[in-house]
Amino acid sequence: MTPETRQDNLRWNRLGQRLCLGMTMAVVAVLVAILAYLVWHGGDRLTIGFFLDFPKDLGREGGILPILVSTMVLAVLALAIAVPLGIGTAVYLTEYTREGWVTTVIRFGAECLAGIPSIIFGLFGFILFVVHLGLGWSILSGALTLACMVLPTIIRTSEEAIKAVPAVLRQVGFSLGATKSQVIWHIVLPQARRGIITGVILALGRVMGETACVIFTTGISMEMPTSPLDSARSMAVHFYLLAREGISMEMANTTALALVGMILLINTAAAVLVARRSSR
Amino acid sequence: MSDTERSSTHLGRREENIRLGLLAVAFSAVFVLALIILFVFQAGVPLIWKTGLGPFLGGLEWGPTRGQFGILAMIVGTIQVTLGALLLGVPLSLLAAIHLSEFAKPSTRVVLKPLIELLAAIPSVVYGFIGVVVLVPFVRETFGGSGFSVLTAAVVLGVMILPTVISISVDALQAVPHSYREGALALGATPWQAVTRVVVPAARSGIVTAVVLGMGRAMGETMAVIMVAGNAVVVPTSPLHPCRTLTSNIALEMAYAAGDHQKALFATGVVLFVMIFLLNALATALVRRR
Repeated sequence: MTPETRQDNLRWNRLGQRLCLGMTMAVVAVLVAILAYLVWHGGDRLTIGFFLDFPKDLGREGGILPILVSTMVLAVLALAIAVPLGIGTAVYLTEYTREGWVTTVIRFGAECLAGIPSIIFGLFGFILFVVHLGLGWSILSGALTLACMVLPTIIRTSEEAIKAVPAVLRQVGFSLGATKSQVIWHIVLPQARRGIITGVILALGRVMGETACVIFTTGISMEMPTSPLDSARSMAVHFYLLAREGISMEMANTTALALVGMILLINTAAAVLVARRSSR
Repeated sequence: MSDTERSSTHLGRREENIRLGLLAVAFSAVFVLALIILFVFQAGVPLIWKTGLGPFLGGLEWGPTRGQFGILAMIVGTIQVTLGALLLGVPLSLLAAIHLSEFAKPSTRVVLKPLIELLAAIPSVVYGFIGVVVLVPFVRETFGGSGFSVLTAAVVLGVMILPTVISISVDALQAVPHSYREGALALGATPWQAVTRVVVPAARSGIVTAVVLGMGRAMGETMAVIMVAGNAVVVPTSPLHPCRTLTSNIALEMAYAAGDHQKALFATGVVLFVMIFLLNALATALVRRR
Protein backbone atom coordinates (compact mmCIF):
# COMPACT_ATOMS: atom_id res chain seq x y z
CA MET A 1 0.00 0.00 0.00
CA THR A 2 1.41 3.36 -0.98
CA PRO A 3 1.67 6.01 1.74
CA GLU A 4 -0.82 8.28 -0.09
CA THR A 5 -3.69 5.80 0.04
CA ARG A 6 -2.99 5.03 3.68
CA GLN A 7 -3.17 8.77 4.32
CA ASP A 8 -6.42 8.96 2.35
CA ASN A 9 -7.93 6.09 4.29
CA LEU A 10 -7.08 7.73 7.58
CA ARG A 11 -8.52 11.03 6.38
CA TRP A 12 -11.77 9.29 5.37
CA ASN A 13 -11.79 7.54 8.72
CA ARG A 14 -11.61 10.84 10.59
CA LEU A 15 -14.15 12.48 8.30
CA GLY A 16 -16.61 9.58 8.57
CA GLN A 17 -16.40 9.42 12.33
CA ARG A 18 -16.90 13.18 12.64
CA LEU A 19 -19.87 13.05 10.27
CA CYS A 20 -21.52 10.36 12.39
CA LEU A 21 -20.87 12.32 15.57
CA GLY A 22 -22.28 15.46 13.94
CA MET A 23 -25.47 13.68 12.88
CA THR A 24 -25.99 12.24 16.35
CA MET A 25 -25.59 15.71 17.82
CA ALA A 26 -28.08 17.05 15.23
CA VAL A 27 -30.68 14.49 16.32
CA VAL A 28 -30.20 15.34 19.99
CA ALA A 29 -30.34 19.04 19.07
CA VAL A 30 -33.78 18.52 17.47
CA LEU A 31 -35.08 17.06 20.72
CA VAL A 32 -33.57 19.87 22.78
CA ALA A 33 -34.88 22.51 20.36
CA ILE A 34 -38.46 21.18 20.50
CA LEU A 35 -38.45 21.07 24.29
CA ALA A 36 -36.82 24.51 24.53
CA TYR A 37 -39.42 25.98 22.17
CA LEU A 38 -42.30 24.64 24.24
CA VAL A 39 -40.79 25.79 27.55
CA TRP A 40 -39.91 29.21 26.13
CA HIS A 41 -43.37 29.90 24.70
CA GLY A 42 -45.59 28.07 27.17
CA GLY A 43 -43.62 27.87 30.39
CA ASP A 44 -44.84 31.05 32.08
CA ARG A 45 -48.51 30.00 31.92
CA LEU A 46 -47.85 26.51 33.24
CA THR A 47 -48.95 26.90 36.86
CA ILE A 48 -50.83 24.67 39.29
CA GLY A 49 -53.89 26.78 38.48
CA PHE A 50 -53.66 25.74 34.83
CA PHE A 51 -54.26 22.13 35.85
CA LEU A 52 -57.01 22.99 38.34
CA ASP A 53 -59.09 25.54 36.41
CA PHE A 54 -61.98 24.90 34.07
CA PRO A 55 -61.42 26.11 30.49
CA LYS A 56 -63.22 29.34 29.62
CA ASP A 57 -64.12 30.83 26.25
CA LEU A 58 -63.39 27.62 24.24
CA GLY A 59 -60.02 27.30 25.94
CA ARG A 60 -58.71 30.82 25.35
CA GLU A 61 -58.66 31.38 29.10
CA GLY A 62 -58.67 29.25 32.22
CA GLY A 63 -57.18 25.79 32.55
CA ILE A 64 -57.65 22.19 31.55
CA LEU A 65 -59.10 20.41 34.61
CA PRO A 66 -61.90 18.41 32.90
CA ILE A 67 -59.59 17.67 29.98
CA LEU A 68 -56.89 16.41 32.33
CA VAL A 69 -59.42 14.21 34.14
CA SER A 70 -60.77 12.86 30.83
CA THR A 71 -57.25 12.07 29.64
CA MET A 72 -56.49 10.15 32.84
CA VAL A 73 -59.76 8.20 32.80
CA LEU A 74 -59.36 7.39 29.11
CA ALA A 75 -55.78 6.18 29.60
CA VAL A 76 -56.50 4.12 32.71
CA LEU A 77 -59.56 2.50 31.16
CA ALA A 78 -57.68 1.68 27.93
CA LEU A 79 -54.85 0.05 29.87
CA ALA A 80 -57.28 -1.79 32.16
CA ILE A 81 -58.64 -3.46 29.02
CA ALA A 82 -55.36 -3.98 27.13
CA VAL A 83 -52.99 -5.05 29.94
CA PRO A 84 -54.76 -8.28 31.03
CA LEU A 85 -55.22 -9.31 27.38
CA GLY A 86 -51.61 -8.47 26.55
CA ILE A 87 -50.10 -10.28 29.54
CA GLY A 88 -52.41 -13.25 29.00
CA THR A 89 -51.27 -13.52 25.40
CA ALA A 90 -47.62 -13.24 26.42
CA VAL A 91 -48.05 -15.94 29.09
CA TYR A 92 -49.71 -18.28 26.61
CA LEU A 93 -47.03 -17.69 23.96
CA THR A 94 -44.10 -18.23 26.33
CA GLU A 95 -45.36 -20.78 28.88
CA TYR A 96 -48.06 -22.89 27.29
CA THR A 97 -47.04 -23.66 23.78
CA ARG A 98 -44.12 -24.52 21.57
CA GLU A 99 -43.43 -22.62 18.38
CA GLY A 100 -45.93 -23.86 15.81
CA TRP A 101 -48.73 -22.65 13.61
CA VAL A 102 -50.69 -21.26 16.60
CA THR A 103 -47.85 -19.00 17.72
CA THR A 104 -47.14 -18.04 14.10
CA VAL A 105 -50.74 -16.90 13.62
CA ILE A 106 -50.80 -15.00 16.93
CA ARG A 107 -47.45 -13.29 16.30
CA PHE A 108 -48.47 -12.42 12.74
CA GLY A 109 -51.70 -10.89 14.06
CA ALA A 110 -49.89 -8.83 16.68
CA GLU A 111 -47.28 -7.67 14.16
CA CYS A 112 -49.91 -6.59 11.64
CA LEU A 113 -51.82 -4.79 14.37
CA ALA A 114 -48.66 -2.92 15.38
CA GLY A 115 -48.22 -1.66 11.81
CA ILE A 116 -51.75 -0.29 11.37
CA PRO A 117 -51.84 3.53 11.43
CA SER A 118 -53.84 5.15 14.21
CA ILE A 119 -56.26 6.78 11.76
CA ILE A 120 -57.44 3.31 10.72
CA PHE A 121 -58.00 2.44 14.37
CA GLY A 122 -60.05 5.65 14.47
CA LEU A 123 -62.20 4.51 11.53
CA PHE A 124 -62.59 1.07 13.08
CA GLY A 125 -63.49 2.40 16.55
CA PHE A 126 -65.96 4.80 15.03
CA ILE A 127 -67.80 2.21 12.94
CA LEU A 128 -67.76 -0.59 15.55
CA PHE A 129 -67.98 1.05 18.97
CA VAL A 130 -69.57 4.43 18.21
CA VAL A 131 -72.04 3.31 15.53
CA HIS A 132 -72.66 -0.46 15.62
CA LEU A 133 -72.45 -1.03 19.38
CA GLY A 134 -74.23 2.27 20.05
CA LEU A 135 -71.70 3.53 22.58
CA GLY A 136 -71.67 6.95 20.88
CA TRP A 137 -68.77 9.37 21.16
CA SER A 138 -67.68 8.35 24.61
CA ILE A 139 -64.73 7.64 26.86
CA LEU A 140 -65.61 3.93 26.64
CA SER A 141 -65.47 3.91 22.81
CA GLY A 142 -62.15 5.76 22.92
CA ALA A 143 -60.69 3.45 25.58
CA LEU A 144 -61.69 0.32 23.65
CA THR A 145 -60.12 1.70 20.47
CA LEU A 146 -56.92 2.71 22.26
CA ALA A 147 -56.77 -0.70 23.96
CA CYS A 148 -56.78 -2.38 20.52
CA MET A 149 -54.02 -0.02 19.43
CA VAL A 150 -51.60 -0.62 22.31
CA LEU A 151 -52.28 -4.36 22.64
CA PRO A 152 -49.31 -5.40 20.42
CA THR A 153 -46.92 -3.18 22.43
CA ILE A 154 -47.97 -4.81 25.69
CA ILE A 155 -47.79 -8.31 24.21
CA ARG A 156 -44.24 -7.74 22.93
CA THR A 157 -42.79 -6.15 26.06
CA SER A 158 -44.47 -8.68 28.40
CA GLU A 159 -43.24 -11.57 26.26
CA GLU A 160 -39.67 -10.30 26.44
CA ALA A 161 -39.92 -9.82 30.20
CA ILE A 162 -41.33 -13.32 30.75
CA LYS A 163 -38.74 -14.92 28.46
CA ALA A 164 -35.99 -13.30 30.56
CA VAL A 165 -37.08 -15.19 33.69
CA PRO A 166 -34.55 -18.05 34.20
CA ALA A 167 -35.96 -21.53 33.57
CA VAL A 168 -34.42 -22.80 36.81
CA LEU A 169 -36.90 -20.74 38.86
CA ARG A 170 -39.78 -22.54 37.14
CA GLN A 171 -38.15 -25.92 37.79
CA VAL A 172 -37.81 -25.09 41.49
CA GLY A 173 -41.51 -24.26 41.57
CA PHE A 174 -42.49 -27.51 39.87
CA SER A 175 -40.21 -29.55 42.11
CA LEU A 176 -42.03 -28.13 45.13
CA GLY A 177 -45.26 -29.52 43.69
CA ALA A 178 -46.70 -26.31 42.31
CA THR A 179 -48.98 -26.54 39.29
CA LYS A 180 -48.23 -24.66 36.09
CA SER A 181 -50.62 -21.80 36.86
CA GLN A 182 -49.21 -21.50 40.40
CA VAL A 183 -45.67 -21.31 39.03
CA ILE A 184 -46.73 -18.59 36.59
CA TRP A 185 -48.72 -16.61 39.13
CA HIS A 186 -46.33 -16.87 42.07
CA ILE A 187 -42.92 -17.11 40.41
CA VAL A 188 -42.81 -16.06 36.74
CA LEU A 189 -45.02 -12.96 36.80
CA PRO A 190 -43.49 -11.46 39.98
CA GLN A 191 -40.02 -12.00 38.46
CA ALA A 192 -41.07 -10.39 35.17
CA ARG A 193 -42.90 -7.55 36.94
CA ARG A 194 -40.44 -4.79 36.19
CA GLY A 195 -40.29 -5.50 32.46
CA ILE A 196 -44.06 -5.75 32.23
CA ILE A 197 -44.54 -2.46 34.08
CA THR A 198 -42.06 -0.79 31.74
CA GLY A 199 -44.15 -1.87 28.76
CA VAL A 200 -47.33 -0.65 30.40
CA ILE A 201 -45.75 2.73 31.12
CA LEU A 202 -44.64 3.10 27.50
CA ALA A 203 -48.16 2.21 26.37
CA LEU A 204 -49.53 4.84 28.76
CA GLY A 205 -47.40 7.51 27.10
CA ARG A 206 -48.61 6.44 23.68
CA VAL A 207 -52.27 6.49 24.76
CA MET A 208 -51.93 9.98 26.22
CA GLY A 209 -50.35 11.45 23.09
CA GLU A 210 -52.73 9.86 20.62
CA THR A 211 -55.04 12.16 18.68
CA ALA A 212 -56.23 10.68 15.39
CA CYS A 213 -58.13 7.73 16.80
CA VAL A 214 -59.40 9.55 19.92
CA ILE A 215 -61.02 12.47 18.16
CA PHE A 216 -63.36 10.18 16.16
CA THR A 217 -64.30 7.90 19.05
CA THR A 218 -64.33 10.09 22.16
CA GLY A 219 -65.42 13.38 20.63
CA ILE A 220 -64.48 16.88 21.71
CA SER A 221 -66.79 17.79 24.64
CA MET A 222 -65.04 20.01 27.19
CA GLU A 223 -67.41 19.13 30.06
CA MET A 224 -66.23 17.24 33.12
CA PRO A 225 -67.08 13.57 32.39
CA THR A 226 -69.45 11.91 34.85
CA SER A 227 -69.66 8.44 33.29
CA PRO A 228 -67.66 6.33 30.80
CA LEU A 229 -70.47 6.92 28.32
CA ASP A 230 -69.88 10.69 28.28
CA SER A 231 -68.11 12.33 25.40
CA ALA A 232 -64.84 13.93 26.45
CA ARG A 233 -61.74 15.66 25.14
CA SER A 234 -58.21 14.42 25.75
CA MET A 235 -55.26 16.78 26.18
CA ALA A 236 -53.82 15.89 22.78
CA VAL A 237 -57.16 16.58 21.08
CA HIS A 238 -57.58 19.83 23.04
CA PHE A 239 -54.13 20.95 21.96
CA TYR A 240 -54.85 20.00 18.34
CA LEU A 241 -58.09 21.99 18.28
CA LEU A 242 -56.52 25.03 19.96
CA ALA A 243 -53.69 25.10 17.44
CA ARG A 244 -55.48 23.94 14.30
CA GLU A 245 -58.50 26.21 14.66
CA GLY A 246 -56.34 29.10 15.79
CA ILE A 247 -58.27 29.50 19.05
CA SER A 248 -55.24 30.42 21.09
CA MET A 249 -51.62 29.71 20.21
CA GLU A 250 -50.52 30.67 23.74
CA MET A 251 -52.83 28.15 25.38
CA ALA A 252 -51.86 25.59 22.73
CA ASN A 253 -48.21 26.05 23.72
CA THR A 254 -48.96 25.63 27.40
CA THR A 255 -51.14 22.55 26.82
CA ALA A 256 -48.44 21.03 24.62
CA LEU A 257 -45.82 21.69 27.28
CA ALA A 258 -48.01 20.09 29.97
CA LEU A 259 -48.70 17.06 27.77
CA VAL A 260 -45.11 16.56 26.64
CA GLY A 261 -43.89 17.11 30.20
CA MET A 262 -46.21 14.42 31.53
CA ILE A 263 -45.30 11.95 28.78
CA LEU A 264 -41.57 12.55 29.21
CA LEU A 265 -41.87 12.02 32.98
CA ILE A 266 -43.69 8.75 32.32
CA ASN A 267 -41.05 7.64 29.81
CA THR A 268 -38.19 8.63 32.08
CA ALA A 269 -39.76 6.50 34.80
CA ALA A 270 -39.81 3.59 32.36
CA ALA A 271 -36.16 4.21 31.38
CA VAL A 272 -35.11 4.28 35.03
CA LEU A 273 -36.91 0.98 35.63
CA VAL A 274 -35.10 -0.58 32.66
CA ALA A 275 -31.74 0.72 33.87
CA ARG A 276 -32.32 -0.63 37.37
CA ARG A 277 -33.37 -3.98 35.95
CA SER A 278 -30.27 -4.37 33.82
CA SER A 279 -27.93 -3.26 36.59
CA ARG A 280 -29.28 -5.83 39.03
CA MET B 1 -61.28 -42.50 45.13
CA SER B 2 -59.11 -41.01 47.83
CA ASP B 3 -59.07 -37.35 48.74
CA THR B 4 -55.68 -36.67 47.19
CA GLU B 5 -56.68 -38.26 43.90
CA ARG B 6 -59.90 -36.26 43.75
CA SER B 7 -58.06 -33.04 44.46
CA SER B 8 -55.45 -33.82 41.82
CA THR B 9 -58.05 -34.46 39.10
CA HIS B 10 -59.81 -31.32 40.28
CA LEU B 11 -56.53 -29.44 39.99
CA GLY B 12 -55.96 -30.95 36.57
CA ARG B 13 -59.32 -29.74 35.34
CA ARG B 14 -58.64 -26.28 36.74
CA GLU B 15 -55.25 -26.16 35.00
CA GLU B 16 -56.87 -27.21 31.74
CA ASN B 17 -59.49 -24.45 32.10
CA ILE B 18 -56.76 -21.88 32.72
CA ARG B 19 -54.90 -23.09 29.64
CA LEU B 20 -58.02 -22.80 27.49
CA GLY B 21 -58.81 -19.36 28.92
CA LEU B 22 -55.32 -18.13 28.09
CA LEU B 23 -55.55 -19.63 24.61
CA ALA B 24 -58.73 -17.61 24.04
CA VAL B 25 -57.02 -14.46 25.35
CA ALA B 26 -53.99 -15.13 23.15
CA PHE B 27 -56.15 -14.82 20.06
CA SER B 28 -57.31 -11.32 21.07
CA ALA B 29 -54.83 -9.57 18.78
CA VAL B 30 -55.82 -11.78 15.84
CA PHE B 31 -59.47 -11.20 16.70
CA VAL B 32 -59.01 -7.42 16.76
CA LEU B 33 -57.16 -7.55 13.43
CA ALA B 34 -60.00 -9.58 11.92
CA LEU B 35 -62.59 -7.12 13.27
CA ILE B 36 -60.67 -4.17 11.82
CA ILE B 37 -60.45 -5.78 8.40
CA LEU B 38 -64.11 -6.85 8.55
CA PHE B 39 -65.59 -3.51 9.60
CA VAL B 40 -63.34 -1.14 7.67
CA PHE B 41 -63.51 -3.21 4.47
CA GLN B 42 -67.25 -3.74 4.84
CA ALA B 43 -67.77 0.01 5.03
CA GLY B 44 -65.32 0.90 2.27
CA VAL B 45 -65.10 -1.84 -0.34
CA PRO B 46 -68.71 -1.54 -1.70
CA LEU B 47 -68.03 2.08 -2.64
CA ILE B 48 -64.83 1.10 -4.48
CA TRP B 49 -66.86 -1.41 -6.58
CA LYS B 50 -69.57 1.17 -7.15
CA THR B 51 -67.07 3.75 -8.38
CA GLY B 52 -64.96 1.15 -10.15
CA LEU B 53 -61.46 0.21 -9.01
CA GLY B 54 -59.78 2.09 -11.87
CA PRO B 55 -61.69 5.38 -11.49
CA PHE B 56 -61.33 5.23 -7.68
CA LEU B 57 -57.56 4.65 -7.65
CA GLY B 58 -56.81 6.57 -10.85
CA GLY B 59 -59.33 9.42 -10.65
CA LEU B 60 -58.12 12.95 -10.12
CA GLU B 61 -61.50 14.43 -9.21
CA TRP B 62 -62.32 14.39 -5.50
CA GLY B 63 -65.74 15.95 -5.10
CA PRO B 64 -67.36 13.78 -2.46
CA THR B 65 -70.51 15.91 -2.26
CA ARG B 66 -70.92 15.66 -6.05
CA GLY B 67 -70.29 11.91 -6.03
CA GLN B 68 -66.77 12.13 -7.49
CA PHE B 69 -64.40 9.78 -5.70
CA GLY B 70 -60.92 9.73 -7.25
CA ILE B 71 -57.98 9.46 -4.86
CA LEU B 72 -55.00 9.46 -7.21
CA ALA B 73 -53.83 12.86 -5.97
CA MET B 74 -53.83 11.54 -2.39
CA ILE B 75 -51.95 8.36 -3.35
CA VAL B 76 -49.29 10.43 -5.13
CA GLY B 77 -49.17 12.85 -2.18
CA THR B 78 -48.67 9.99 0.28
CA ILE B 79 -45.88 8.46 -1.80
CA GLN B 80 -44.09 11.78 -2.30
CA VAL B 81 -44.25 12.77 1.35
CA THR B 82 -43.13 9.31 2.49
CA LEU B 83 -40.20 9.14 0.07
CA GLY B 84 -39.19 12.68 1.02
CA ALA B 85 -39.21 11.72 4.69
CA LEU B 86 -37.03 8.66 3.96
CA LEU B 87 -34.61 10.68 1.83
CA LEU B 88 -34.07 13.01 4.75
CA GLY B 89 -34.49 10.71 7.73
CA VAL B 90 -32.70 7.52 6.68
CA PRO B 91 -29.14 8.83 5.99
CA LEU B 92 -29.30 10.94 9.15
CA SER B 93 -30.54 7.97 11.18
CA LEU B 94 -27.94 5.56 9.78
CA LEU B 95 -25.01 7.86 10.49
CA ALA B 96 -26.30 8.51 14.01
CA ALA B 97 -26.85 4.79 14.55
CA ILE B 98 -23.30 4.04 13.37
CA HIS B 99 -21.95 6.61 15.80
CA LEU B 100 -23.98 5.22 18.70
CA SER B 101 -23.13 1.60 17.98
CA GLU B 102 -19.54 1.79 16.74
CA PHE B 103 -17.80 4.97 17.80
CA ALA B 104 -19.50 6.21 20.97
CA LYS B 105 -18.25 5.08 24.36
CA PRO B 106 -20.64 2.60 26.02
CA SER B 107 -21.28 5.12 28.79
CA THR B 108 -22.29 7.76 26.22
CA ARG B 109 -24.46 5.28 24.35
CA VAL B 110 -26.38 4.39 27.48
CA VAL B 111 -27.34 8.06 27.87
CA LEU B 112 -27.85 9.03 24.23
CA LYS B 113 -29.96 6.11 23.02
CA PRO B 114 -32.81 6.59 25.54
CA LEU B 115 -32.58 10.34 24.91
CA ILE B 116 -33.09 9.83 21.19
CA GLU B 117 -35.89 7.37 21.90
CA LEU B 118 -37.66 10.17 23.79
CA LEU B 119 -38.26 11.71 20.35
CA ALA B 120 -40.71 8.86 19.77
CA ALA B 121 -42.62 9.82 22.91
CA ILE B 122 -43.42 13.32 21.70
CA PRO B 123 -47.01 13.20 20.39
CA SER B 124 -47.42 13.66 16.64
CA VAL B 125 -49.64 16.72 17.10
CA VAL B 126 -46.73 18.46 18.81
CA TYR B 127 -44.49 17.78 15.79
CA GLY B 128 -47.21 19.22 13.59
CA PHE B 129 -47.46 22.28 15.79
CA ILE B 130 -43.71 22.92 15.77
CA GLY B 131 -43.86 22.42 12.02
CA VAL B 132 -46.53 25.11 11.70
CA VAL B 133 -44.92 27.71 13.93
CA VAL B 134 -41.27 27.17 12.95
CA LEU B 135 -40.86 25.26 9.72
CA VAL B 136 -43.75 26.65 7.63
CA PRO B 137 -42.62 30.30 8.01
CA PHE B 138 -39.03 29.21 7.36
CA VAL B 139 -39.93 27.41 4.11
CA ARG B 140 -42.15 30.32 3.03
CA GLU B 141 -39.40 32.87 3.51
CA THR B 142 -36.54 30.77 2.16
CA PHE B 143 -38.09 29.00 -0.83
CA GLY B 144 -41.30 30.93 -1.46
CA GLY B 145 -44.84 29.61 -1.77
CA SER B 146 -47.22 29.33 1.15
CA GLY B 147 -44.86 27.21 3.24
CA PHE B 148 -47.53 24.50 3.55
CA SER B 149 -45.94 21.98 1.22
CA VAL B 150 -44.69 18.51 0.40
CA LEU B 151 -41.24 19.64 1.53
CA THR B 152 -42.44 20.83 4.96
CA ALA B 153 -44.40 17.61 5.54
CA ALA B 154 -41.40 15.51 4.45
CA VAL B 155 -39.10 17.33 6.87
CA VAL B 156 -41.52 16.92 9.80
CA LEU B 157 -42.01 13.22 9.00
CA GLY B 158 -38.28 12.78 8.45
CA VAL B 159 -37.71 13.94 12.01
CA MET B 160 -40.54 11.78 13.32
CA ILE B 161 -39.06 8.56 11.92
CA LEU B 162 -35.59 9.23 13.39
CA PRO B 163 -36.11 7.45 16.73
CA THR B 164 -37.63 4.35 15.11
CA VAL B 165 -34.93 3.96 12.47
CA ILE B 166 -32.03 4.83 14.80
CA SER B 167 -33.15 2.56 17.61
CA ILE B 168 -33.66 -0.54 15.45
CA SER B 169 -30.51 0.12 13.39
CA VAL B 170 -28.41 0.40 16.56
CA ASP B 171 -29.79 -2.95 17.73
CA ALA B 172 -28.98 -4.49 14.32
CA LEU B 173 -25.42 -3.11 14.33
CA GLN B 174 -24.84 -4.26 17.90
CA ALA B 175 -25.93 -7.77 16.96
CA VAL B 176 -23.00 -8.11 14.51
CA PRO B 177 -20.39 -10.35 16.17
CA HIS B 178 -17.33 -8.55 17.48
CA SER B 179 -14.99 -10.87 15.56
CA TYR B 180 -16.13 -9.28 12.26
CA ARG B 181 -14.77 -5.91 13.37
CA GLU B 182 -11.59 -7.44 14.76
CA GLY B 183 -11.02 -9.36 11.55
CA ALA B 184 -11.37 -6.25 9.42
CA LEU B 185 -9.12 -4.17 11.69
CA ALA B 186 -6.49 -6.94 11.76
CA LEU B 187 -6.41 -6.85 7.96
CA GLY B 188 -5.43 -3.19 8.18
CA ALA B 189 -8.81 -1.57 7.60
CA THR B 190 -9.47 1.74 9.31
CA PRO B 191 -12.40 1.73 11.77
CA TRP B 192 -14.46 3.62 9.16
CA GLN B 193 -13.69 0.96 6.52
CA ALA B 194 -14.51 -1.83 8.96
CA VAL B 195 -17.88 -0.23 9.66
CA THR B 196 -18.89 0.66 6.11
CA ARG B 197 -17.58 -2.49 4.36
CA VAL B 198 -18.13 -5.16 7.01
CA VAL B 199 -20.43 -4.23 9.88
CA VAL B 200 -23.15 -2.35 7.98
CA PRO B 201 -23.45 -5.01 5.23
CA ALA B 202 -23.65 -7.69 7.93
CA ALA B 203 -26.47 -5.80 9.67
CA ARG B 204 -28.30 -5.19 6.40
CA SER B 205 -31.47 -7.13 7.15
CA GLY B 206 -32.00 -5.36 10.47
CA ILE B 207 -31.41 -2.00 8.82
CA VAL B 208 -33.94 -2.82 6.09
CA THR B 209 -36.48 -3.65 8.81
CA ALA B 210 -35.73 -0.33 10.50
CA VAL B 211 -36.26 1.61 7.27
CA VAL B 212 -39.51 -0.22 6.48
CA LEU B 213 -40.89 0.42 9.97
CA GLY B 214 -39.95 4.08 9.59
CA MET B 215 -41.65 4.12 6.20
CA GLY B 216 -44.80 2.63 7.71
CA ARG B 217 -44.77 5.26 10.41
CA ALA B 218 -44.37 8.07 7.84
CA MET B 219 -47.09 6.68 5.63
CA GLY B 220 -49.57 6.25 8.47
CA GLU B 221 -48.93 9.56 10.19
CA THR B 222 -51.97 11.80 10.20
CA MET B 223 -52.13 14.78 12.53
CA ALA B 224 -48.66 16.20 11.90
CA VAL B 225 -49.17 16.00 8.14
CA ILE B 226 -52.59 17.70 8.24
CA MET B 227 -51.07 20.65 10.04
CA VAL B 228 -48.19 21.31 7.63
CA ALA B 229 -49.02 19.86 4.19
CA GLY B 230 -51.65 22.37 3.05
CA ASN B 231 -54.13 19.60 2.16
CA ALA B 232 -55.08 20.77 -1.33
CA VAL B 233 -56.34 17.92 -3.54
CA VAL B 234 -53.88 18.32 -6.41
CA VAL B 235 -51.04 16.20 -7.74
CA PRO B 236 -48.02 18.16 -6.50
CA THR B 237 -45.51 18.90 -9.25
CA SER B 238 -43.02 20.73 -7.04
CA PRO B 239 -41.84 20.10 -3.46
CA LEU B 240 -43.20 23.55 -2.63
CA HIS B 241 -46.76 22.70 -3.67
CA PRO B 242 -49.31 21.71 -1.05
CA CYS B 243 -50.57 18.13 -1.02
CA ARG B 244 -53.02 15.87 0.73
CA THR B 245 -52.19 12.36 1.94
CA LEU B 246 -54.57 9.41 2.31
CA THR B 247 -54.48 9.73 6.09
CA SER B 248 -55.24 13.45 6.11
CA ASN B 249 -58.09 12.91 3.64
CA ILE B 250 -59.77 10.66 6.20
CA ALA B 251 -59.13 12.86 9.21
CA LEU B 252 -60.07 16.15 7.52
CA GLU B 253 -63.49 15.07 6.32
CA MET B 254 -64.54 12.42 8.84
CA ALA B 255 -66.13 14.97 11.15
CA TYR B 256 -68.88 15.97 8.72
CA ALA B 257 -68.99 13.18 6.12
CA ALA B 258 -72.16 11.14 5.70
CA GLY B 259 -73.52 8.51 3.32
CA ASP B 260 -71.34 7.74 0.31
CA HIS B 261 -68.87 10.44 1.34
CA GLN B 262 -68.22 8.63 4.63
CA LYS B 263 -67.96 5.30 2.80
CA ALA B 264 -65.39 6.90 0.48
CA LEU B 265 -63.28 7.80 3.52
CA PHE B 266 -63.44 4.18 4.69
CA ALA B 267 -62.43 3.18 1.14
CA THR B 268 -59.45 5.54 1.48
CA GLY B 269 -58.64 3.66 4.69
CA VAL B 270 -58.83 0.35 2.81
CA VAL B 271 -56.32 1.60 0.23
CA LEU B 272 -53.98 2.83 2.98
CA PHE B 273 -54.32 -0.50 4.81
CA VAL B 274 -53.47 -2.48 1.66
CA MET B 275 -50.47 -0.24 0.89
CA ILE B 276 -49.03 -0.68 4.38
CA PHE B 277 -49.74 -4.40 4.33
CA LEU B 278 -47.93 -4.83 0.99
CA LEU B 279 -45.02 -2.77 2.29
CA ASN B 280 -44.65 -5.02 5.34
CA ALA B 281 -44.98 -8.17 3.24
CA LEU B 282 -42.24 -6.88 0.93
CA ALA B 283 -39.99 -6.17 3.90
CA THR B 284 -40.57 -9.64 5.36
CA ALA B 285 -39.74 -11.19 1.99
CA LEU B 286 -36.58 -9.09 1.67
CA VAL B 287 -35.38 -10.07 5.13
CA ARG B 288 -36.23 -13.76 4.65
CA ARG B 289 -34.43 -14.06 1.32
CA ARG B 290 -31.10 -13.38 2.90
